[in-house]
Amino acid sequence: MLSVVVFLPLLTGLALLALPRPRDTVVAWTWVGAAALDLVLVLGLWAAYPSAVRAPGVGGSGPAYEERLLWIPSVGASYHVGADGISLPLMAMTSVLFLACAVYSLHQRRRARAHAVLFLFLQTVSLGVFSALDLLLFFVFFDLSIVGMYFVIAGWGHGRPARSALQFFLYTFLGSLALLLGFIGLYAASDPRTFDMVELAEQTPLAGGGAAAGLVLLAVGTGLAVKTPTVPFHTWLPPAHTDAPAAGSAILAGVLLKMGTYGFVRIAMPVLPGAWREYAMVAVVVGVVSVLYGALVALAQTDFKRMVAYTSVNHMGYVLLGLGAAGLATRQQADAASLAVTGAVTQMVSHGLLTGALFLLAGVLRARGDSYDMGSYGGLAAGAPRFAALAAVAAFGSLGLPGLSGFIAEFQIFAGSLGAVPVPTALALLGVLVTAALLLRALQRLFLGGPGPLTPRVGDLSLRETAAIAPLLALSVLIGLTPRFLLDLIAPAADAVAALVSG
Amino acid sequence: MTDPLSLLPELVMALAAVGALLLGSWTPRERQGRVRLLVVAALLAALAAALAAAAAPPSGSGGYTVDTVTHAVRVTVIAGTLATVLLAADSPASHPRASEFHVLSLLAALGTVALAGADDLLVLAAAYLLASIPLYALVGFAKDGTGTEAALKVYLLGALAGILLLTGTALLLGAGGTTGYAGLADALPGAPRALVGTGAVAVLAGLLFKAGGVPVHFWVPDVAQGAPAPVAAFVTTVPKVGALAALYRLADGVLPGSAPDWAVLFAILAAASMTLGNLAAFLQTDARRLLGYSTVSQAGYLLMAAAAGGAELARPGLLFYLGAYAAANLGAFAVVCALGTRTLEDHRGLFRDRPWLALSLVVCLLGFVGTPPTAVFVGKLILFAAALEAGLGWLMVVAAVNTLASLFYYLRWVLPLFSSPEEAGARQRGAAPWSTGVAVAAAAVSLGAGIAAGPVLALL
Repeated sequence: MLSVVVFLPLLTGLALLALPRPRDTVVAWTWVGAAALDLVLVLGLWAAYPSAVRAPGVGGSGPAYEERLLWIPSVGASYHVGADGISLPLMAMTSVLFLACAVYSLHQRRRARAHAVLFLFLQTVSLGVFSALDLLLFFVFFDLSIVGMYFVIAGWGHGRPARSALQFFLYTFLGSLALLLGFIGLYAASDPRTFDMVELAEQTPLAGGGAAAGLVLLAVGTGLAVKTPTVPFHTWLPPAHTDAPAAGSAILAGVLLKMGTYGFVRIAMPVLPGAWREYAMVAVVVGVVSVLYGALVALAQTDFKRMVAYTSVNHMGYVLLGLGAAGLATRQQADAASLAVTGAVTQMVSHGLLTGALFLLAGVLRARGDSYDMGSYGGLAAGAPRFAALAAVAAFGSLGLPGLSGFIAEFQIFAGSLGAVPVPTALALLGVLVTAALLLRALQRLFLGGPGPLTPRVGDLSLRETAAIAPLLALSVLIGLTPRFLLDLIAPAADAVAALVSG
Repeated sequence: MTDPLSLLPELVMALAAVGALLLGSWTPRERQGRVRLLVVAALLAALAAALAAAAAPPSGSGGYTVDTVTHAVRVTVIAGTLATVLLAADSPASHPRASEFHVLSLLAALGTVALAGADDLLVLAAAYLLASIPLYALVGFAKDGTGTEAALKVYLLGALAGILLLTGTALLLGAGGTTGYAGLADALPGAPRALVGTGAVAVLAGLLFKAGGVPVHFWVPDVAQGAPAPVAAFVTTVPKVGALAALYRLADGVLPGSAPDWAVLFAILAAASMTLGNLAAFLQTDARRLLGYSTVSQAGYLLMAAAAGGAELARPGLLFYLGAYAAANLGAFAVVCALGTRTLEDHRGLFRDRPWLALSLVVCLLGFVGTPPTAVFVGKLILFAAALEAGLGWLMVVAAVNTLASLFYYLRWVLPLFSSPEEAGARQRGAAPWSTGVAVAAAAVSLGAGIAAGPVLALL
């Protein structure tokens, strides 16, 4: 069943390729249909999850819907997928965001079929990353996401797409190679040799610590940090976002960045708990620096899309802070640690929804005025009230206003981290302040005040754009008001991870 | 030899070469197509024989071993030769020397298989000559300026390497009292180290020439650029397979006991090949020259198997990677053959005109990088793991860094495929059905073998 969910988009894409010269509308609606069907299937998996978890282990958080097929037996690699409380929310978020992009791209006219097929391919790859339970399978999907996004930026970007795409590919490929070296290190240290995450988590190779454990964690951590991205590996992000098409940016920031943070929770922490504890302070420091640096650089931007890109660095910093704090928590603080991990996973979901919405809104801005420069607009609220309203909700969610998902996530991260690492947490709180300032300033520049030179060109959102963006924000509000449905799913799995690394 | 049938594939190839020569001599120039038919049929028969022979238990005597390495090399070489013959089928059928082309290819392929099967230095030397001499003629086949230059270069370097190989054989015979691998493995540890070292290095130099590895790689880019395209595809793919298998045999069975530092030598050669090949490929604008340098760097990755000779994963990794490399390289060359293109810019907008060719090229080029799930990814992964297992962690890191660097020049080729064609470049408008077919098939093999890596590796 899980494999169906993962591969349904790809199969749809192949079917689209096989059709002889389909009309653009057929392509667009097939894509929307496939994305919607996949979302329904993921929601079905979510609904059935409590009953599908097999014999509850610690905290009843084992992976459900497991499928395992030997792939390369001589190195102990298999096609092993499964879903648990950490992966299911991300899979659901992925499906929602891809559906939003499908709806947003309904009017895509430039090489529509190739565009749709690439996104369907990316959806399979993303779902694959979040469901993989084998390091090699994880790596395959992880690497393919780079290939897919490269073609999206190079083929449909604007500005200097070829250059940005190349930079994106080279930089993130460097990360994925570091990751691969780390995986091979884990493989070499395991006994019996395997790439299977579940078996590796049981074996906990390199538990003795020492240089090898540190090196492997360094390789894995660097690989994931490039993808996340954290300071100092974030420099590929702004150009990639600036030149990527709107839907590509939404996927890049909403889904692909989560592959990095997800990797920390899924691989680095459970497989190398000892080394994670030892070096957790590094994660905390990197997280806090990312929070502050991302916020301050975002504050200096005049380009709306670039600003949103930098807030991603900031938001991913909170995730790393929470995960690092969990590693530093003492045994008495186990509850706090699991709160921090829960918050980190919630933040991934929340950021996916909000940032996806923000990037799609940036795309709307560009489609109208052909510019992201905030100084060229102003007073948009008068002519485009729906646009202004949705942008305001997204911005408030992003800055962590109570009642929206961002607050739930960041509150948990801070509450969980404060006990273990009080000073870094206090510093990170400053980041929230800066983010609030810069988002409010951006809202003010764009929507209030006198009209700018490009303001007359900006009409209100069309039905298609509203249908793509509004559901993302509605979900954010839903999580903000009634977070239980999400937290109840995440918490047991987060407890298990936190128990491994704390104390 | 207990069972002559176990040499059936080699026999078929040898007989086919003779048969093609005779048939070609008695066939009018405009009907040379029947020679091609004969050769294709013979290669298919040889392939079937090779597959059938692979089921038999390993055997060997008299300087020739038939084991997993031989089986895998046979299949790869025969399939690669078949692909070359098909690539050449697109060129005008009335080439006055079409049958010679086929005969020379068959003989070179036979020599390559013999390189891999040899377990005696004298057999190795004979195989080297058989694999080399036909290539000199093939490279200069078109009798044009660039082809002649390439032929001269490969001939001079090849002759030098051949003499070194023979000298090394003589020195090792003096040191060990035998030329058989098994005897040498026993005798060399007790022999004078300087003698063994000099002899072994000379033998390796000969094999490195065939493998196109640094420091005897200078002929590779010239051949890739100057020889006729199908010949370039053949020469940069097929002989390498046999040479690397032979290198692995030496590294695995003969040298390890004699001195402790052979692995380091192989590792340095591997690192040098991949690094220099990559650096030279960076700014190439000619597609075939770029491919030539890329094969040098690929030889470097493959040499990791020899460096990690003792590791359990080295042999399956090497054999799998060889097949994967052959598929990717033939696929990329097939695209060039189909289009008749020279520079990277000539491929501008290919995706719009010939989407299948463009996709095949993307699969092959990204395959070279080791993007999953292509076969080269699996090969690279296993060799990385083998290197780590053999305690050569630094080599693994060097290989990873090189992989990243290589991405740059492969992408320089991939990117124009998807840009809009501003002017119709220097592309042939002809259909070139066979080359297109080979390109698509090679890409499919590259993908399929990566996905079905488990069952394939179980055989190796």
